[in-house]
Amino acid sequence: MMMRLANVKFAALCCCFLALAACSKKTQPTLDSPGLNTGLNDGGGQSAPGSKGDFKTNVGDRVYFLNDQTNLSPEAADTLTKQASWLKQYRQVTIQVEGHADERGTREYNISLSARRATTVRQFLISQGVAGNRISSIAYGKERPVALCDAEQCWSQNRRAVTVITGGAN
Amino acid sequence: MTSKLRIFLFLVLAYCGATQAFAVNGIVTSGKIDPLPIAITPFIAAAGTENDSATISGIIASDLARSGYFNPLPPESFIEQIGSFDQSPNFASWQQVKTQALVIGQVSQSGGRMTVAFKLYDVNTQAFLAGSSFTAPPKFSRRLAHKVADMIYNKITGFAPYFDTRVVYVDESGPKNARVKKLAMMDQDGFNPRTLTSGNEILLTPRFSPNTQEITYAAIGTEASRVYLYNIDTGQKEIVGDFPNMSFAPRFSPDGQKVVMSLQSDDGRNANIFEMDLRSKQMRQVTDVPAINTAPSYSPDGTRITFESDRGGSQQVYVMNADGSNQNRVSFGKGRYSTPVWSPDGKYIAFTKQGESKFAIGVMAPDGSGERILTEGFHNEGPTWSPNSRVVMFFRDQPGESGGPQLYSVDITGYNEQKVPTPEFSSDPAWSPLLK
Repeated sequence: MMMRLANVKFAALCCCFLALAACSKKTQPTLDSPGLNTGLNDGGGQSAPGSKGDFKTNVGDRVYFLNDQTNLSPEAADTLTKQASWLKQYRQVTIQVEGHADERGTREYNISLSARRATTVRQFLISQGVAGNRISSIAYGKERPVALCDAEQCWSQNRRAVTVITGGAN
Repeated sequence: MTSKLRIFLFLVLAYCGATQAFAVNGIVTSGKIDPLPIAITPFIAAAGTENDSATISGIIASDLARSGYFNPLPPESFIEQIGSFDQSPNFASWQQVKTQALVIGQVSQSGGRMTVAFKLYDVNTQAFLAGSSFTAPPKFSRRLAHKVADMIYNKITGFAPYFDTRVVYVDESGPKNARVKKLAMMDQDGFNPRTLTSGNEILLTPRFSPNTQEITYAAIGTEASRVYLYNIDTGQKEIVGDFPNMSFAPRFSPDGQKVVMSLQSDDGRNANIFEMDLRSKQMRQVTDVPAINTAPSYSPDGTRITFESDRGGSQQVYVMNADGSNQNRVSFGKGRYSTPVWSPDGKYIAFTKQGESKFAIGVMAPDGSGERILTEGFHNEGPTWSPNSRVVMFFRDQPGESGGPQLYSVDITGYNEQKVPTPEFSSDPAWSPLLK
């Protein structure tokens, strides 16, 4: 189910944040074309431009959050800016943003916390010019960890939002 | 009859007095209650019920032992063999084996129905304390045993019964990063476990309806978390409400007519508590605060709701009137408080408490006073109450890649922690009311 952006005040907030994020990332070149960055994958030949592999490998499909936080770090904003560029290039692609929490919280709270994370990412992408009707979101709470070591080094990987391509990829 | 009752009351009062001595304040994570020695003689079997008879005596002994308030003595130690249900016990012989209570019983079957009868005696006063019989189709033989155990437990402790109950929970199988989570139900002692859903959806937080015929739960499918109603008899499920945003953390009202739950806001930032009337399908917003407001649980009279909210910066337990007025924070200890559940007798709220990398289960009065931690460790979460408000069940997660959650129960005093056996990993327990 899509979580629609209906709150104008929040959109304004998001734009302010975007301005900050944009400043913080000026030191890095924007990779408008994923073709510039395919060196790593030429050998496998798996990641055709516009493919799911291209997105995952050359853009980065996930961002991480601090404990009990839902705001974007500069690194996360940078990754999402790249995602937005890629999504604007491949306009037929649709995505679902998955929000996740680590296991060090209670179940119901983590559902809502992970929804906040997915929303944060979705709204960032919208603010970057990706059409909202291409982006659905889902909250998984603490139900789908990827790292299983029960230490901060794993929990930090589980506090994430993953952009999953659901259609239209090459 | 009057004299019997007086003796019974005396014993109950004496025993309540004894239990008062065990009541504790502060943190208690291990220990023992001094249990009452009880002799449960092998129930006399009518022809054709020999197997059931042995099982039934065993179930009664097991229920009483697991409560923590009884020490069923080994039948091998008994001197007198009870050969007839009408036999008068030789109390001197039972005093010699150092039991304080004696149970004799018989199992019979006629017309396709099984009857379990019992008598309970105070060995020291030689008083007959209670006796009764229960009849049902033989497939309910375990329930008949639980009914007998409930009556013995009630007569001696004075506490309301709770053995003839069930628990809904989530059956968890498969690897930690791709756990299959199914709706499951079992008897409170871990018997008759069965899964009720296929595992296609990630199933969370099942809760019984007051008449125990329905379960409400949340499930994450391919789109979002949704709240469902599941009918135990028909196996049919329906979505509760048609909401554009995700719904989760459902729980029935005490009259069974409403379900209270959290709905994520349109902007995705907040969750507020809503109540749906199951007949009219009318929705009523109960909280309207920009925060995560979730895990609502009614007081037993339905007039108030406890819930958790991070409106003050971290998860804390709040209490409000059921119409949403008068929302007050009640948890003020060090740490984060969540998953509040009102006890069926109205006297306590059980909660999960996180602090300093530990997860504890505790109880407090509805005004937040008298906080006591019942158990604490790496990860304890999600308490639920036995219908007599004496036992708290919860789940304990084990660390590590191959670790998983398991159900446990603990007495409200903090003593008598017990693993509740389940075939697979298990989480999110919810205790049923006493079965009819």
